[in-house]
Amino acid sequence: MKTEELVNLLAAQTVAVDRGAAARRMIFALGIAGGAGIALTGAVLGFNPHLAQESALPMFWVKQVFCAALALPACIMAARLGRPGRRPGSLLTGIGVPLVAMWGLAAVVLWRAPAAERLTLLLGHTALVCPWLIALVSVPAFIGLFWLLHGLAPTRLASTGAAAGLAAGAIGAWIYALHCPEYAAPFLALWYVLGMAIPTALGALLGPRLLSW
Amino acid sequence: MSEERLKGLFVRGLAGDAAAYHTFLQSLGSHLRAFLRKRLSRLPDEVEDLVQESLLAVHNQRHTFDPAQPLTPWVYALARYKLIDYLRRRERTDLLNDPLDEESELLGTSDAEAAEARRDVAKLLQGLPDRQRLPIQHVKIDGLSVAETARMTGMSESAVKIGIHRGLKVLAARIRAGAGTAEGSAS
Repeated sequence: MKTEELVNLLAAQTVAVDRGAAARRMIFALGIAGGAGIALTGAVLGFNPHLAQESALPMFWVKQVFCAALALPACIMAARLGRPGRRPGSLLTGIGVPLVAMWGLAAVVLWRAPAAERLTLLLGHTALVCPWLIALVSVPAFIGLFWLLHGLAPTRLASTGAAAGLAAGAIGAWIYALHCPEYAAPFLALWYVLGMAIPTALGALLGPRLLSW
Repeated sequence: MSEERLKGLFVRGLAGDAAAYHTFLQSLGSHLRAFLRKRLSRLPDEVEDLVQESLLAVHNQRHTFDPAQPLTPWVYALARYKLIDYLRRRERTDLLNDPLDEESELLGTSDAEAAEARRDVAKLLQGLPDRQRLPIQHVKIDGLSVAETARMTGMSESAVKIGIHRGLKVLAARIRAGAGTAEGSAS
């Protein structure tokens, strides 16, 4: 087939492109993935029975805002990197701010705590399982975001995969907070961030394999 | 053709203006040809194949273009991705004889002299399953309407539209898979 014929074919009876489709797919994917993550947490891990009382703690809301403040720019960044020629730009700062803020808060808490309590603040009671469980709960969001990106056209596959992995990790951590009994900033700054780093690294590894087109 | 003019045609094409879209693809093809000829001067016989693969990619991925953004970075990133992917599948990235950092140049050069493509897209089209091949043949090549095609094939109108859409994606995946070792998959 000559190139001219291919152009004729592609242009023939072209229909208008549905502009809202990508946003609808994103809401659909994140809705299903969020629901699946919550169901997974409820069924496998169980919700924290003291959640109602603990939601009165300021740190409960710090944890919520921390996860949300990472999930939002990471989702936008993944969606943006799904389009050729777009760059992360200021979104990188948007991801950096909550991280640095949490690390700063953790440093202050550790510095002001008596030396004997510092290790407990850092390890809590669930340090060994926390990152793995966050990674587990992030699996539905990971699959949903990769499905979403598969329908777009990312050109920097490792970065795009990492952004999707971070978004999935932050959504996973957000949901995992429904189970998690830990509220110390040093714990969150270390183990929650590690939990999000697992899907981020996995996304960077799998991006080039799964997102090529 | 300038960024503004080309983008204007593309945006009209995205809204369903087939004539504007045709002009857009045709002149984009010339820009891509000049761009790729320069980059693939040691593989001159493969330039036209890659022009066609890139045009098909532009079409299949046109929904990822945001009209609020300029066209050049979008086309450039797409063409660059297809070029690197093409060479990587052949394990011939060594043949890339020019650095790929001159985005502005893409729409600045043009070459309307199409060479013969080595790969025959028509043959690949014939290999698609009927539910994709027939809608593409009737609507996109023979010029029948979607309704007429639905009547002729016994498919529903939405199945005809989906067949065209999916068929062109499968076609792109088969072009990729056939060209190298990598597996192609359609979304």
